[in-house]
Amino acid sequence: MSLAEFLEMKGISKSYNGTRALRKVDFSAQRGEVHAIIGENGAGKSTLVKILSGAVNADEGRIFISGAESRINNPIDSQKLGIRAVNQHFSLVPHLTVTENILIGNLQKSNAKFCINWTKSHEVARNVLDRIGFADLDVKLKISDLSASQKQMVEIAKAVSVSPNILIMDEPSAVLSQKELDRLFRVIRQLKSENVLILYISHRLDEIFQIADRVTVLKDGCLVGIVNTTETSKPALIKMMVGRTIDEIFPDRVSSFNNKVMIVRGLSRDKIFKDITFSISKGEILGFYGLVGSGRTEMARCIFGADRLTDGEVLINEKPIELSTPRKALNEGISMLTEDRSFDGLVMFLSIKDNISLAAMKKFSRFGVLNKRLQNSSVKSMINKFRIKPDNPSRQLKELSGGNQQKVVFAKWLTLETPIIILDEPTRGVDVATKHEIYNIIRALADSGTAILLISSELPEVIGLSDRVIVLREGRITGEFKRQEASEEKLLACAAGVVNEGEVSK
Amino acid sequence: MIEGMNQKKGTTIKSILASIRQFKITIRGRQFKPADYGFLVIFAVLILVGALFTDMFFTRINIANVLRQIIANGLVSLGMLMVILTGGVDLTVGSYVALGGVLFAGLTDSIGIVPALILAVSAGGLFGVVNGVLVAHFKLQAFIATLATMGILRGIVFLYTETPISPEHDAFRELGAGGIGLVSFGLIIMVTLFVLGWFFLNRMSTGRAVLAIGGNKEAVRLAGINVKLTVILAYVMSGFLSSLSGAILVSRLGIAQPSVGMAYELDAIAACVIGGAVMGGGGGGVPGAFLGVLTIGLISNLMNLLGIQTFFQDIIRGLVIILAVLARSGKN
Repeated sequence: MSLAEFLEMKGISKSYNGTRALRKVDFSAQRGEVHAIIGENGAGKSTLVKILSGAVNADEGRIFISGAESRINNPIDSQKLGIRAVNQHFSLVPHLTVTENILIGNLQKSNAKFCINWTKSHEVARNVLDRIGFADLDVKLKISDLSASQKQMVEIAKAVSVSPNILIMDEPSAVLSQKELDRLFRVIRQLKSENVLILYISHRLDEIFQIADRVTVLKDGCLVGIVNTTETSKPALIKMMVGRTIDEIFPDRVSSFNNKVMIVRGLSRDKIFKDITFSISKGEILGFYGLVGSGRTEMARCIFGADRLTDGEVLINEKPIELSTPRKALNEGISMLTEDRSFDGLVMFLSIKDNISLAAMKKFSRFGVLNKRLQNSSVKSMINKFRIKPDNPSRQLKELSGGNQQKVVFAKWLTLETPIIILDEPTRGVDVATKHEIYNIIRALADSGTAILLISSELPEVIGLSDRVIVLREGRITGEFKRQEASEEKLLACAAGVVNEGEVSK
Repeated sequence: MIEGMNQKKGTTIKSILASIRQFKITIRGRQFKPADYGFLVIFAVLILVGALFTDMFFTRINIANVLRQIIANGLVSLGMLMVILTGGVDLTVGSYVALGGVLFAGLTDSIGIVPALILAVSAGGLFGVVNGVLVAHFKLQAFIATLATMGILRGIVFLYTETPISPEHDAFRELGAGGIGLVSFGLIIMVTLFVLGWFFLNRMSTGRAVLAIGGNKEAVRLAGINVKLTVILAYVMSGFLSSLSGAILVSRLGIAQPSVGMAYELDAIAACVIGGAVMGGGGGGVPGAFLGVLTIGLISNLMNLLGIQTFFQDIIRGLVIILAVLARSGKN
């Protein structure tokens, strides 16, 4: 078997700042196949393909292409070997046109050789788009004027324009609608018929059964197994990925809630969400599920005062509150852990101590002067409580692993001890072990009486943790489920609009 | 295996440099990277050169001179540091120096030394509000906003006086030229303000916010801190400190030219950067800026003593800046 493989990666290991991302992973795939790589967040999927695309260097291991050992030290080496990646985070230049982005570094020259032949360049770009079935995109548009899914098309076109042997797609479906996804699958099948090897990373198992020939499962940086999609099932894959069943991760929680702390009425913001009404009680975990663009995060940011509402009101203990700045929301007892910790959660060059105490500085100071003893003891107890590694409070945040960074964000907000907390994707980009620690933290927080609004894109997480789940689609509530009634199928159906009405039960 | 992969030609030197940069010492739970203090080596070399190649360097007169000459850049740099820490830059500082200088000199004879000083310094602080509001509220890029106000303020200074002002008041020169032994009043003021600046940045909640804003403005806003006010405060401090610098400078010189302080922003930025400040925000501190100011001061002093022409001084100063930043760049 191994002789016939087109791509072989042997004994690949990689650590980031002492955290093992990959441990002696063997991987192989053939030309003309769609090979899915799955695993939970932090399982090492992205790291594996980044090594292949030259974005990061492996600590150990060898790579063979067509049986010949290949060295990939940087993206240029990788591209020379015919490897192209469609990245999870777009690598497009926003103020340039579609043509320029597709043909970047490769624009068509005029006969005189020193200037660009725009007519010809646009034509080449159009041909590339046509080839992958996106001919309707205007190549003269600027990237910044495109929607997320159009950007995705350009990203794919850019990769395909050089006729690669290996095409890496890292979560290509995250921003796509069902219709767009169908188009994407057509493109993938087309490329497959052209004998391209497609490495497809996704955590949506349904997609994998639709498109992939084989699946490689990673867990905690180790290879669990390679299976043919025809010979496996969804539960079997989940079992391989997680290593335990859902019930073991989320123990059942029985409780009744009647002490309403926050009522949200008719919340609206322009075209993003409309007429959102719900209430949450003391100690309750209220989950919010929806696809990208459903307006969950935007709604939460408005409740926190980070963005402005156009209509609606929020009542805390039956009194309406003003929601104009995060400062006011914090004074009213609402805090919010935002979805992207490096974008708006943490100050990377500052210490663990500074980051944990950032929101609570007022609490630690008198007349603007910090009480170091008070601050140090509070920070120390948070570090112990969350088992943050390293436990030295003066270490810089950027030296920490993703999971520990996320724990610092938690510690920052929990220092405030607000009665209401919004958690937006609380386990994004953390390893599996930390994920379970975070679940325990969330549970303990609710048990202590905190009302928690939990936004999550991971179905098992939102179903397993929440006492009640609200589903949003295109900015409106399309369903509400109690813990016992919620299932992955029902939530997805509501979120994707397969049925018009969810089972609304109060 | 892959160990061999990283050792291509040329990468060996890079990896040695990287490991020097990554080298850490832990003292009482705090980490120190010796590479961060690379400019101390430059500092030591400067003093060594001074000791070996000049007779004048360690004389009382020369030391007194250096200590007087660094005051102007010192105060400007302290203000510049506050602004750089928030992620901005203040190009107006040279014009503040002129504003503080001409107002102090111009008003001393009519309203007395202390009121004149207070007025001159407040004017600078007040103008700092303009820069702060332009940057924090109207979201202008700091470079553009302060470039514009640099010109506006210089124009205003020339409107106030086109000719140099030399006050009659007996005590006018005391602030800059007077003092106790080697220590001038100006130096006492500067050192005091550096200590206060350190206290502000390390022991006060607003100071920590200044530092954090340069790293991640949005995170600070979401933490319930008034980012706009904090940024405005940084520009006000810059205006205040630079105009104070101007007042002390003209007091030392005994005459206030409306053109004084031209290009002072360059030495101030240089001092901050040599001392470890990161342009665009993301690190830096008062002790570093202080050493940066001393380094810049020593370079000028030494080269004057050695009789090196000014254009050559500029070249060497530029090289020192590049060296200081390179020594640290692994941090990034």
